[in-house]
Amino acid sequence: MSTAESAQSVAVPRARTREARKPKRNWAWVQWVAVVAVMLFCLFPFYWLINTSLKTGPDLSGAALLPPHPTLANYKSIFKNPDFTHALRNSAIVSLTTTFLALLVGSFCAYAIARLKFRRKFWLLALILSITTFPGIAIAAPLFKLWTDIGIYNTLPGLIIPYLTFALPLAIYILVSFFKEIPKDLEEAALVDGATHFQAFYKVVVPLAAPGLATAGILTFIFAWNEFLLAITLTSSATARTVPAAIAFFTGSTQFEQPLGTISAASVVISIPLILLVLLFQKRIVAGLTAGAVKG
Amino acid sequence: MEAATADTKIAPTRAPRKRRTAEEDERRLARFMISPSLILIAIVAAYPIGYAVWLSFHEYSVRVPGLSRGAGFRNYTNALNDSAFQSAILNTFIFTAASVFFELILGVAMALIMHNATRGKGVLRTIVLVPWAILTVVTAITWQTIFEPQLGFVNTALRGLGLPGGNIVWLGDKPYAMIVLVIADVWKTAPFMALLVLAGMQVIPNDVYDAAKVDGANAWQRFTKITLPLLKPAILVALIFRTLDALRIFDLPFVLTKGTNGTNTLSFEAYQQLRENRLIGLGSAMSILTFLIVMIVSFAYIRFVGGNIRGLADEGGR
Repeated sequence: MSTAESAQSVAVPRARTREARKPKRNWAWVQWVAVVAVMLFCLFPFYWLINTSLKTGPDLSGAALLPPHPTLANYKSIFKNPDFTHALRNSAIVSLTTTFLALLVGSFCAYAIARLKFRRKFWLLALILSITTFPGIAIAAPLFKLWTDIGIYNTLPGLIIPYLTFALPLAIYILVSFFKEIPKDLEEAALVDGATHFQAFYKVVVPLAAPGLATAGILTFIFAWNEFLLAITLTSSATARTVPAAIAFFTGSTQFEQPLGTISAASVVISIPLILLVLLFQKRIVAGLTAGAVKG
Repeated sequence: MEAATADTKIAPTRAPRKRRTAEEDERRLARFMISPSLILIAIVAAYPIGYAVWLSFHEYSVRVPGLSRGAGFRNYTNALNDSAFQSAILNTFIFTAASVFFELILGVAMALIMHNATRGKGVLRTIVLVPWAILTVVTAITWQTIFEPQLGFVNTALRGLGLPGGNIVWLGDKPYAMIVLVIADVWKTAPFMALLVLAGMQVIPNDVYDAAKVDGANAWQRFTKITLPLLKPAILVALIFRTLDALRIFDLPFVLTKGTNGTNTLSFEAYQQLRENRLIGLGSAMSILTFLIVMIVSFAYIRFVGGNIRGLADEGGR
């Protein structure tokens, strides 16, 4: 991705781009309208959520574009709610552990697929990719029963283990495409110098594939932070509930009051880590998402 | 060419016996590196799927411990005769067709806009990733606040502009709930489509367009005759990803509508039976049927457009 882009910008000399832009001049405003429309489409709904989260009391029953009396009261109240803070902590532990383990286990498997010769490689790849077509619901019920039997129902490991199987195919898929791009000569040089295949892997390939590991890690983290079906099926109380599950079960002080303000505030808070990731690693994420699609 | 000759030069210099053990070593290392992944997949994917199949052929109740007896295909016939499950099949296909269609149109449009933007490409790409990154649960809550009948943005705007529809209870009425569900899904996933399509666009060499311009093709002709055909592989991959996701949709209807007013989907209905009604046999049959439907649709895709995918894989292999 990024190499293709830089190659393109190098290949096109400045004079030519200016020339190319010239005849489009009268279309410039159409382009600007289109760009602004895309930005509004993407950002306005989230703005509306922030807007709602800054309102309390009677302001909540009006649809003012700007909160008439902006207040952080909703934010203060959710951070006083132990169910929410506990869920935040659970989500952080589950997502980070899933990411770490998926990278560790996945990079082994991806290296073997990308570099080593062994039988039935195609079937292994087919098996791993076919897991991505499983509907979560088909494994949720058996796991619920199995986890109850062995006593890890409603625990954090009970979530991390199934998340790994869904995170692994994603991580392996991305890592294989990154490992394949690393020139073979470097490993071969290490092998000639007497290193074993495994040493070549963790001393040469892993450091070179750091961008790929970062990409796979970010996407795995986002997946785990977002996961909902297993999070509500395999937990029953605040001890193990992650944020998406906790928010879905948020109830107001009375049964009939929809606590729109606090729910919005909680939604904004749990979106912040993901938005930060997007702001910081936009290029990596795009590279990861398109790794398979364009190159095959 | 060069690499091949280098290989053949090196290979014979090694003793054949030694080379075989090296190959064996490699295979052993491969087995060692693959096994953690395989074990995990076996425990958390293969075993549960097998167990779900077993459960779907049994009558089983959580309320009465120890009760489990063979049920043959009864759970499956019950599921297929269940009117709620029938409507779930219909709703899921309506949802999938509508959301994937609009995602494709919007995705291609957004990709074109991003591709042709003269300035701020990076900013635009970051902004487009925002809906993609936002949690599905939060997406549902966001659209709930927008379509809230009294204080939501949509109804207030419609009333303010004097347009009809300002009093619609969007999430509480039959066709409208599905419309909101589709809008929310399109908002969240059209950017993913756009980024895949954009990546496909960036691979198309500029010379092709220059040549077409010289031959007098206008912008629309260049789009339909060059861009679209060359984008086909990228679009197909994006379509497959999106279709499989849409067929399995669960969290969006769960939070947005609780599956009411014509928005219960396959996964949602299976969950209802498993968790709410505690009918493990029936629920498992429904989830296996969901699995089968997803499999059939993905095979159909590969069957009808398989040539293209294989072509893509071959190109990728180079």
